[in-house]
This record gives sequence, C-alpha cells and structure tokens, in this order.
Amino acid sequence: MKATLLLMNRAPYAGTLARAGLDAALAYAAFDQSVSVLFAGPGVLQLAPAQEPAAIGRKSLRRLIDSMPLYDLEAVYADSEALDRHGLAEDDLPAFVTVLDPAAQRELQDRHEHLLAF
Amino acid sequence: MALPPLDKDGFLRDSGDWDRDVAAALAVEEGIALGDAHWEVLELLRRYYATFDSSPAMRALVKYCRQELGPDKGTSLYLLKLFPGSPAKVSARLAGLPRPANCL
Repeated sequence: MKATLLLMNRAPYAGTLARAGLDAALAYAAFDQSVSVLFAGPGVLQLAPAQEPAAIGRKSLRRLIDSMPLYDLEAVYADSEALDRHGLAEDDLPAFVTVLDPAAQRELQDRHEHLLAF
Repeated sequence: MALPPLDKDGFLRDSGDWDRDVAAALAVEEGIALGDAHWEVLELLRRYYATFDSSPAMRALVKYCRQELGPDKGTSLYLLKLFPGSPAKVSARLAGLPRPANCL
C-alpha cells in the first residue's frame, strides 16, 4: 500500500484549505488508506486548545482533530520549531500527537511515497 | 408537526432546532419507528457532535458506539439494523446533525 503524508501548513481559519486537509485525512482513514498527518508552519495553530470559531460561523478544527483516533488515525505529528514559534507547548496538543524535530520530519517524509500539502 | 428549516439534503440547518419531536417526525419520513435502542444512538450522536463539532463517518460512529455502549452495540450490523441503508447518514439526520462528510 502506498503511504501518504498530508502536510497541514495553513492557519486554521484563514481560508478553507485547513478544513479541506483535515477532511481529506479523515477520508483516507475512513477508507483504510495508510495516511500520516504532519502539522507544520502556521498549521500547528490548528492544534491549539479552546478554539472558539462559532462567532465567525466556523467549526472548531481542534475538536475535529480530537476525533482522529475514532478513525484509527494516530500517525499524527507536529513540527517542534513551529510549536515554539507559535507559543504552543506539548501539553496543549492532543495526547496522540507526536512532536518531531526537523531531522525526524525528514525521516518521516522519506517513509512516505506521496506528499499532499494543504 | 411543522419541521424546522432543512438543507437541500433534508438535514436540519441548525442543530439547535433539534428535539425529540423533530427526531420522531424525521423518523417517520425515513420509515423508522424509534425505540429505546434508536434513542440511545441518537443521544450518543448528540454527544459526539457536542464533543467533536462534526458528524462521524461510519468508521468513527462504530468505534464511538463500541467505546460508549459496549462491544455488542459497536458493530456495523447493529447500526444497520437500527438505521437501514446508510446508518451514519440516516442517524445523523435524525439526531439533527449536519450531513457527514465522506459518506457514500
């Protein structure tokens, strides 16, 4: 089976691509495809706790991300440097998210045949 | 009863409009007579939506039922018997949730 890595690079509510990427990740998982997810750059903000986007008529991406284990999607990673840059600590993240330094991210990418960036 | 506003697929536009009377009226349209087992799953879906801000696809619905209601009820077959055809879609509709994404 070809392994796919989804790179989540977008701030959560700047447009609709962040949501589209998460929907794609859940669709891959729902159909039993081998998929991993890496949050990087401003995309780590999708992992921030206590998002309150109802005021702008949007759904909470963090709460959607919290449902990933119910899709058996737990190969989920976050870029350590982006977390630092955006003031997020490991404790802020869902427990199933693994923090990776840049070298570990390169290894992660090498293990995947396809890369989809959102 | 008069139903609250629905979208083009027949799902409630505002999940806040949901109550048991609405569920019962939608169930009549689906040809389903709601019993205790149905209500248990519909209440579970309301909790899912409150927690995850989304409607579950079948895979997540089955796993959530298994976690919350036990192994006997956490199966595709159990949900298919209660909500024939497309359980994730039909049960979400009756629970007043938006149409699930990735639902065939």
